[in-house]
Amino acid sequence: MDYVVLLKQVPDLAEELEIDADGTGLDREWMSFVASEWDEYALEEALHLRDASGGTVTCLALGVEAGAVDELLATGLARGADRVVKVGSYEQNPDSHTAAAAFASALGSVKHDLVLTGVQAIDDLDGQVGPLVATLLGHPHVSVVTHIAVAAGGSSVTVHQEYAGGVVGEFEVDLPAVLGVQTSREAPRYAPVSRVRQLMKTATIESLEAGTPGTGSGLTIESMSVPESGTTAEMITGNPGAIAERIAAILAERGITGGGAR
Amino acid sequence: MSGEILVVVEHRDGAILDTTHELLGRASALAAQGGGATVAVLLGSGVAGLAGSLSASRVLVVEDPGLESFSPSAYQAALVPIIKERAPDLVLVANSGPGMDVAAGLSAALGLPLAAYAVDVTLEGGSPLVTCQLYAGKIQAKVRFTGGRGIVTVVAGSFAPGTGGSPAVEQVAAGASDARIRFKGLLKPEAGDVDITRESVLVSVGRGIGEQDNLELVEALAAALGGAVSSSRPIADAGWLPRTRQVGKSGLKVKPKVYIALGISGAPEHLEGMRGAELIIAVNSDARAPIFSVAHYGAVADLLDVVPALTAKLGS
Repeated sequence: MDYVVLLKQVPDLAEELEIDADGTGLDREWMSFVASEWDEYALEEALHLRDASGGTVTCLALGVEAGAVDELLATGLARGADRVVKVGSYEQNPDSHTAAAAFASALGSVKHDLVLTGVQAIDDLDGQVGPLVATLLGHPHVSVVTHIAVAAGGSSVTVHQEYAGGVVGEFEVDLPAVLGVQTSREAPRYAPVSRVRQLMKTATIESLEAGTPGTGSGLTIESMSVPESGTTAEMITGNPGAIAERIAAILAERGITGGGAR
Repeated sequence: MSGEILVVVEHRDGAILDTTHELLGRASALAAQGGGATVAVLLGSGVAGLAGSLSASRVLVVEDPGLESFSPSAYQAALVPIIKERAPDLVLVANSGPGMDVAAGLSAALGLPLAAYAVDVTLEGGSPLVTCQLYAGKIQAKVRFTGGRGIVTVVAGSFAPGTGGSPAVEQVAAGASDARIRFKGLLKPEAGDVDITRESVLVSVGRGIGEQDNLELVEALAAALGGAVSSSRPIADAGWLPRTRQVGKSGLKVKPKVYIALGISGAPEHLEGMRGAELIIAVNSDARAPIFSVAHYGAVADLLDVVPALTAKLGS
């Protein structure tokens, strides 16, 4: 089985996001980037499946200048990927449709049975890359996947798609296919920073052309804004003791007091 | 906008999902404003009886054994020819697992743009203006379809459900099928020790709890309040609390009298499950956490400091 994982970086939400001067994008000057959380789960699942029953894991990421795509791919290698490939060349993260067209083009020359990527990313305004790539390639796709098992013979997988209330749908999916991964059975494995640094110097990061760009997102962003936080909330200030006192008073006003009264 | 607004119906276990009624509610309002018609597309097998409950002008019922339960490939194959033929101005889909598959699949298959994570859709200047939540709810973007038409995936709870309606029901033959994804069954979780949808006080924890051992502090607070402990997704993913305690899109929808959110940033997926609580009190160390935009009371503080103080206060 040949597994391919589509990876990307997204702005680090631990940092404050600011809107640019146009009011239609993020101010990227001081932005720092991290691997998209769900992509990390996708990679972990791919590595797990390969370790369990053999095969290869190839990581693809777009060659985006902002951020640190080499570090992202070197981290993939440090975690155990067999091969890493940078696709195309972009100043910034492109929209999902452009990304999907580039990945679909690259997958034309990268052997794959199962393509895994994060179910979503925090910045995919024009939709999730997984089902977009799948449809461009004519492959079936399942989103919000929480369990993957490869059938004997390797011609299909059984997956779970998560619904509300902890209910899941179980599906049998013919390969090749694309899965949008919601979570992995184990936490993403650790890659020592020293190993990542070493691989960034010594490892081979292949490159592939992105092919003909698609038509883009087809969306026009009129404005971006930071929703006004706390406009509805009355903010309680003071030290923890004072905050606790105020919360206790608010609860008491509603007849909820200590002692486990219902 | 004078063309059709098409709503993809989601149903499970023989019942229409709430999100579909919400989409129809907004679709009807937009159609009334813009002069178009609301068309619901109901895919399934033996589902025609559900059509009458949909508040649309017209329901297209596509029945086929291959559509008995949701399958991404079967739904996509059946929907592509319908949308191609009817060329609706707007296609509304719920931002659920099936919705993501359907909406993004249709977008790529039909070359129609997609605006994801919408919390509002209005008509302004005669064309749709969509408000989307990005960056875990920290940014809102207002977007238009460059060509005027497109697909929108809508976050649950964004619109009031549609009411009434005696739609014209039309049976449509399935134009195409794709059995590469076959539904095998629904798996339901075992009932939990506590039914958080029935509790009047929920003390809910998120990533801000830091370590599993700190849950004891929260359990003590919940006990003092006569409530139960619930959580956001990361806590259930880590196995620190059972999945049956999870609030949100993939967990349960709760409407307690009091919801105390501790160390929960308030990603849209979480807010979806708890914004209906009567009183929401949030404690989070990040002043910009989106949870403060739905909370009634908020405090920017470390929950590990506030919780023991509050428990002590309640015990005194």
